[in-house]
Amino acid sequence: MQLVLEKRVERSNTIALVSPLIAIGLTIVTMSVLFAILGKNPVQALGVYFIDPLTDGYSLQEIAVKATPLVMIAIGLSLCYLANVWNIGAEGQFLIGAVAGSWLAVKTQGTDAGPWVLPAMLLLGAVAGALYALIPAICRVRFGASEILTSLMLVYVADLFLDYLVRGPWRDPAGYNFPTTAEFDPVATVPVLVEGGRLHLGAIIALVVVAAAAVLLDRTIKGFEIRVVGAAPRAARFGGFNSNQLILLTFAISGALAGLAGIIEVAGPVGHLQPGFSPGYGFTAIIVAFLGRLNPVGILIAGLFLALTFIGGEQAQIAMKIPLDVTKVFQGILLFYVLACDSLILYRFRLIFPSRQVHSGNI
Amino acid sequence: MEIFEAIILSVLAASTPLLIAATGELVTERSGVLNLGVEGMMIVGAACGFGGAWLTGSITVGAICGIGAGTLLSLIFALMTLGLAVNQVASGLALTILGVGLSGLIGAGFVGERITPAPHLYIPGLTDIPMVGRILFGEDAFVYLSLALVIGVWLFLYRTPAGLVLRAAGDNHVSAHALGYPVLRIRLFAVMFGGACAGLAGAYLPLAYTPFFIPGMTAGRGWIALALVVFASWFPGRLVIGAYLFGAVTILQLHAQGLGLGIPSQFMSALPYLATVIVLVLISRARTGGSTAPAALGTVFVPDR
Repeated sequence: MQLVLEKRVERSNTIALVSPLIAIGLTIVTMSVLFAILGKNPVQALGVYFIDPLTDGYSLQEIAVKATPLVMIAIGLSLCYLANVWNIGAEGQFLIGAVAGSWLAVKTQGTDAGPWVLPAMLLLGAVAGALYALIPAICRVRFGASEILTSLMLVYVADLFLDYLVRGPWRDPAGYNFPTTAEFDPVATVPVLVEGGRLHLGAIIALVVVAAAAVLLDRTIKGFEIRVVGAAPRAARFGGFNSNQLILLTFAISGALAGLAGIIEVAGPVGHLQPGFSPGYGFTAIIVAFLGRLNPVGILIAGLFLALTFIGGEQAQIAMKIPLDVTKVFQGILLFYVLACDSLILYRFRLIFPSRQVHSGNI
Repeated sequence: MEIFEAIILSVLAASTPLLIAATGELVTERSGVLNLGVEGMMIVGAACGFGGAWLTGSITVGAICGIGAGTLLSLIFALMTLGLAVNQVASGLALTILGVGLSGLIGAGFVGERITPAPHLYIPGLTDIPMVGRILFGEDAFVYLSLALVIGVWLFLYRTPAGLVLRAAGDNHVSAHALGYPVLRIRLFAVMFGGACAGLAGAYLPLAYTPFFIPGMTAGRGWIALALVVFASWFPGRLVIGAYLFGAVTILQLHAQGLGLGIPSQFMSALPYLATVIVLVLISRARTGGSTAPAALGTVFVPDR
């Protein structure tokens, strides 16, 4: 028996729509098996993971809060992946954006600085993220160095830099030696949408980003260029598109969005800068981008779904003592299934059973 | 001179996992497959390797567990990229994400436990030679194994017909297929070899480098191994130079932290990662004339029928 791929004459649009759903279904089946292996009741565990967070207002808000950075980063990454360049260092750009914006928050702390502080922080975060993303992009365009490896290496560098700042110069003097800055002033904090709630202005910004990306990709020449360079590099060359310029552009946009997401996260739900404030949003966003089929609206839905797994994972840890790492396993398995199902869009799978006659014909 | 000897010994120990993982990945890439999941296979190898050694008390069993775990994970990757023609970059990333989660699950039961690390060779007389004795004749078995591995891979790639076929599959899969070579099967074995090496490299960390398991203990070594393959221009011999250079950077920054030069420790810890970026830029720049990378590296192959 042999598995054979046959290229479809035309890409299947039906499967393009249902493949993420098939992937989620397969992941849930696999997770049930994993829960059973861990000695937990699969039905109960799946309920805690996927249903319980949807039943109370606090968790629903928390899902939107967690989806905000995921969606913003994934939109930027999708532009890179559509152009067939691989920014996998969004986590580093996210951290550097948080650091750059926090700089202003720390410097203006306790002063009578006005409401300009927060917009300036957001701008700083976006600019720093873009510049940090341009390092691997320039190394690629100018020297031909693999952007995959350089962008990933810079994640570790950003992480260590943040660690240095909050343990050294930016440490809160009144913080009992904990590695964290002081709580940001109200003018340096992202406002919540409803008094007493968790949902903050960042969610609106994320929606604007989704809309802007949809317009960019569907209605502008630049968006068209990005897709052509990715899908048909030769055609793009004949069309006179400058692929190097597009690499720089897509990296800058994705870095800016990751940096913006970073400072919104720190100045919003977290409220201060500390090491490990990100549960790996920059990496999870890679899964969000693929699960959303590199489409802005798809990414919005996928971001909410993966945010649900973060919340579900936390609740499962509290309620059923299921280790938090299960969430990462879940996310990894999900990405595998998404990619495998995507293969169905271009290929038909066929099992071939070798018949005896073929063999006897050889003799 | 004691300190000099100690530094060389620790450089060799820090370089060995890089060398083993990079050697495996080099074979995988020479067959035309880019497996970015080295970090994921290493960290699962570390968790399973430690688990095996802790349960049985045997370093050998631990190493075998690590190899087995790495190979199993590489089979998932092979199914995706060779069986289902999925993009190799994305699949490799998925493998790393999955591996980090799995290692946390597997290793959760062992955190805080200790084992007796792998013994070092001792040959009376030879190992006692001042200066070079312990460096040449007093290493753990993995160090010698890693060097044997490099020589073996070099002999295989350049001195055997099978090695030639493997390189052909990596340079032009269409021609190799037309000549009747089973491209996908060759790549399957190459991916499995890469997985086995990554698993062993991961297992080295808790079995010999530090005798305990902590989550995330590979700390990007899998990614540095990938960069080393580029550094070596896909030649096994140059891997040795690259790996020992990186081991040296890692150890020297540790010693510099200990000396208290007034430089924040985080800046020193960032050095190996920054060095990787700089080396990648320099190597890629020097190669503008023509790349030595396998020509079909990273491209999907679906045989025509």
